Amino acid sequence: MLTLITFLPMLGVAAILITRQFAGDQEGQDQTARIIALATTLAVLALSVLLVVQFRISESGFQFTETYAWFAGLNYRMGVDGISVLFVLLTAFLMPLCVVASWRSVTNRVVEYMIAFLVLESLVIGVFCALDLIVFYLFFEGQLIPMFLIIGIWGGQNRVYAAFKFFLYTLLGSVLMLAAILAMIGIAHTSSIPALMAYHFPASIQTWLWLAFFASFAVKLPMWPVHTWLPDAHVEAPTAGSVILAGILLKMGGYGFLRFSLPMFPQASVLFTPLIFALSVIAIVYTSLVAFRQTDMKKLIAYSSVAHMGFVTLGIFSGNLLGEQGALFQMLSHGVISGALFLCVGVVYDRMHTREIAFYGGLVNRMPIYAAVFMLFTMGNVGLPGTSGFVGEITALTGAYGAATWAAIIGSTGVILSAVYALTLYRRITFGELVNPALAAIGDLGRREALIFAPLMLATLAIGLQPALVFHITTASAEHLVAAYRTATGR
Amino acid sequence: MTPQLIVILAVFAPLLGAAVAGLAGWKIGDRASMAVTTALLFFACGLGWLTFFQVVGGHWPAFTTILARFIDIGAFQSAWSLRIDSLSAVMLVVVTTVSALVHLYSWGYMAEDEHKPRFFAYLSLFTFFMLALVTAADFMQLFFGWEGVGLASYLLIGFWYKKPSANAAAIKAFVVNRVGDFGFALGIMTVFWAFGSIRFADIFPQVAAHADLAWNFAGRSWRLMDLACVLLFIGAMGKSAQFLLHTWLPDAMEGPTPVSALIHAATMVTAGVYMVCLLSPMYEYAPAAKALVTVVGAITALFAATVGLAQNDIKRVIAYSTCSQLGYMFFGAGVGAYSAAMFHLFTHAFFKALLFLGAGSVIVAMHHEQDMRSMGALWRRIPVTYAVMLVGTLSITGVGIPYLDVGLSGFYSKDSLINAAFAAAPGSLSATFAFIIGVVAAGLTSFYSWRLVFMTFHGHAKWGGGHATPAHDDTAHGHDGGHGPLEPHESPPVMLVPLLILALGAAFAGGIFVDNFIGPERGQFWRGALFTAPTNHVLAAHHLPVWVALAPLAATALGLAIAWWTYIRHEGLGAAIAARRGPVWRFLYNKWYFDEIYHAVFVRGAEWLGDLFWKGGDKAIIDGFGPDGVSRLSYAAGRATGRLQTGYVYHYAFVMLLGVAGLLSFALWAFGR
Repeated sequence: MLTLITFLPMLGVAAILITRQFAGDQEGQDQTARIIALATTLAVLALSVLLVVQFRISESGFQFTETYAWFAGLNYRMGVDGISVLFVLLTAFLMPLCVVASWRSVTNRVVEYMIAFLVLESLVIGVFCALDLIVFYLFFEGQLIPMFLIIGIWGGQNRVYAAFKFFLYTLLGSVLMLAAILAMIGIAHTSSIPALMAYHFPASIQTWLWLAFFASFAVKLPMWPVHTWLPDAHVEAPTAGSVILAGILLKMGGYGFLRFSLPMFPQASVLFTPLIFALSVIAIVYTSLVAFRQTDMKKLIAYSSVAHMGFVTLGIFSGNLLGEQGALFQMLSHGVISGALFLCVGVVYDRMHTREIAFYGGLVNRMPIYAAVFMLFTMGNVGLPGTSGFVGEITALTGAYGAATWAAIIGSTGVILSAVYALTLYRRITFGELVNPALAAIGDLGRREALIFAPLMLATLAIGLQPALVFHITTASAEHLVAAYRTATGR
Repeated sequence: MTPQLIVILAVFAPLLGAAVAGLAGWKIGDRASMAVTTALLFFACGLGWLTFFQVVGGHWPAFTTILARFIDIGAFQSAWSLRIDSLSAVMLVVVTTVSALVHLYSWGYMAEDEHKPRFFAYLSLFTFFMLALVTAADFMQLFFGWEGVGLASYLLIGFWYKKPSANAAAIKAFVVNRVGDFGFALGIMTVFWAFGSIRFADIFPQVAAHADLAWNFAGRSWRLMDLACVLLFIGAMGKSAQFLLHTWLPDAMEGPTPVSALIHAATMVTAGVYMVCLLSPMYEYAPAAKALVTVVGAITALFAATVGLAQNDIKRVIAYSTCSQLGYMFFGAGVGAYSAAMFHLFTHAFFKALLFLGAGSVIVAMHHEQDMRSMGALWRRIPVTYAVMLVGTLSITGVGIPYLDVGLSGFYSKDSLINAAFAAAPGSLSATFAFIIGVVAAGLTSFYSWRLVFMTFHGHAKWGGGHATPAHDDTAHGHDGGHGPLEPHESPPVMLVPLLILALGAAFAGGIFVDNFIGPERGQFWRGALFTAPTNHVLAAHHLPVWVALAPLAATALGLAIAWWTYIRHEGLGAAIAARRGPVWRFLYNKWYFDEIYHAVFVRGAEWLGDLFWKGGDKAIIDGFGPDGVSRLSYAAGRATGRLQTGYVYHYAFVMLLGVAGLLSFALWAFGR
């Protein structure tokens, strides 16, 4: 099942390549690629839903496990637990929306673009399902390539700089993580993730391994001060690229902390918790203030993502159930909300081809439906109760309070600052008189765009009002994680 | 119908109305949207009163209905629920009554507006959030309602979204409230980690045993209950516009006047008072927090009243008056007279909604002029409005005869607060302070209230005969441009009927309910919904010295006399004082310069820090030494060794693939050993 979900997009790629030969002219090839990509991502979504439905919520261990001998003594292992299964669903949920969002806005090299997205989907799902270190590493690094290409080829004017920066940061992390992976395999004589979770590394070695993994995850998440690649990457990436970047790729960092750092290096995690807390609260305050001063819509939302990831790391390293659950929830919620916000930017960018905040103003006069949709996601970003943003923030912060009150105090200022930058952005774009003559004929959301936003709105409100939809699935695994962490660290 | 079903209908009827008007308003049209929301609100109001009488009459025992689960993680359990007791029943009638009347009134007030469905949808949505707030059985739903009303307030302040000042005021309201919510959230976290629950029913019985616990917070040790209550009170300060977090309320007058009456006078801003009363089982064990509540309440009562003396915008005067009256409620709660605070909340809802809607009637009559300097002599033109405004003014100034126990609503409730402060004063500095300020502020209240009446309705008309209306920042929205000679006219019946109903409440609600709320029957009325510690006797003291009973009245009379002297007897004296722009006048007129100070410190500070972090931190330091530095280095190296940096993405991708392949080979090699 997991292998099918993971590699189904590759089948789509094959289908695109094959039909390309018969599709005739460029126009026909492009359209075929779009349709196949959409069909494939929808099929993956259907399978993912089935996966979650069949998922047994009372079990804390891995389910749907598959093990095959690979080569050179390596095993191909797949499986999901309550921590990873919803990320698979999130990926499968966002991908069709990305394809639809790119339907008209990408016109250059459509075939390659759709292939890049399908490959990306495959690799990303693989990251969340892999239960072998080497397999995980391949997926984890492999997904950089399509993302790199998406930014580098379909990006904006400064795309090479952004792609290079993205590459440089990530490379730094990967090299260290690979070294750590090799060391782990050397010590434990296994690359199986479940086995490594049960293996007790000596505390002195844990420190080094933890730091190496931290380098990679901190860049990915991103944490302050290795976050500066993100605003550039977002600004240059096409809309759908930003959606995937913010919605899913960032979550790999948080997922990595939950999957590796906490269970495999518990002593080191405790040791470095103050560092993580410090970086998290700095991220929240610092990047929120930077976001407030941005003049580019996408940069503003990118910085706000960094701030929101600060809540995630606070929650993860709180070491209590509330914190872990809150962090997980916050990641899923942010995946939906930030993805939707980037799509909101994409809507006006497609029409006006600028992301300058000052260009806009008074859009509500012409685009009332858009204004309402954008308001909902702005409120989600601000963490208004009733939206999913609130549940993640309050539970992660409450978890952090249980570990260190000062982290919760400084972190909570984020709820003030997010209101400042998010409402200011909203006001500048939608409220006021429509003064810019270029906007006089701007049209409201079309049917295709409304179709993209509807599921996102539904998701934000549904899990915001009924968080149990998520917690139901994550609880057993999160409880297990916390219990093991407590036992290992004697807290 | 079961009590549960009745309450469910009462709470969700406004939400239904909001959904219909908000989502289908464009289709069903203005009148249908207005009719649906208003009808549902009156329906909810009827059920609200039914619930109230059943509960306080003891026919229905207090109950909590759980509708669905909300956040549910280990001990952190909250549910969507409706908790009904005497306290929430009082709020239920206050909210639904004022809201229903405001809905009705808005038929007239918003008659010329283009966005009626949106307006009525917001009003109904607000009502739903407010009802969710007052019926919460745990801190999460309380917070949901708390921020939900904040959202509705934000949307309604910024209702006329083309006005920059309205947008700015809306954001200000949201952000300042968030500052309060910052404390509120930390308070909730403290309570959770101290008691292992966020449900009131779990927490309250444990308070007495845990109150004295030492609690580590922000690197210091605190007394648990004082810390928790102070943090929660910060939330109340934001929502109820108390001193230091008050700056948003006067600006909130940018919203349409019915909004000011409903949200920024009668209901939402009283949520902070409601919360302190609801949490009385906690506050009773937090003497330091209570003292803080008392002092902040008293300072606000005085501060806002002084600012109100010098304002010229009719709505702003009433806004500062609201701020000041909320201060009264808080010091009442702070000295332990929760029932008196709730009583004042109850009567205030009537007379303040009346004053606001009356002001709205004046504004409509004046074609959206809000500056009182351009009014005068209106009483002949709008006699009904004048009459109800008089009732409201008599009520807010607390006119009555102490020993006969006859007076308007405000008389009973305000005097009970001042008397409670006096009763608590022996041995309590904060209560003594509150008592003195309560009396002084009563005089100020009287002055600014009568000043409003005199400037608006008496003296010479400043609106006739080519007198140019001074341009100022409070002129209302678009459709009042270019009016000819002004002919003030009385408002339509749809506006006058709500005014008359509220006038009845402002006149008689106090007298009718005084025995229930704070008198001998209070035990059977509250039925344990408010908690008072065994040592708390503020309401038991019945033999107050004569001068205590007469002092507020004397202050009120003095305020009236001075207002009369300045604005009637020597009309123009007030304007002359203002024209001199003396230091005291300027200090008051500029609201103690809070806006200027906050702007300089917080807004400018945030901008400066944001730029510093962005341009200095991110660009210069992190990028400069990080990727850009590496890039410069590698570029230099590339120049030396040949052209590695070709600028083509494919090349980078290729190099990357090579890297991955190399790493993988290394991995296999290492593993193979």
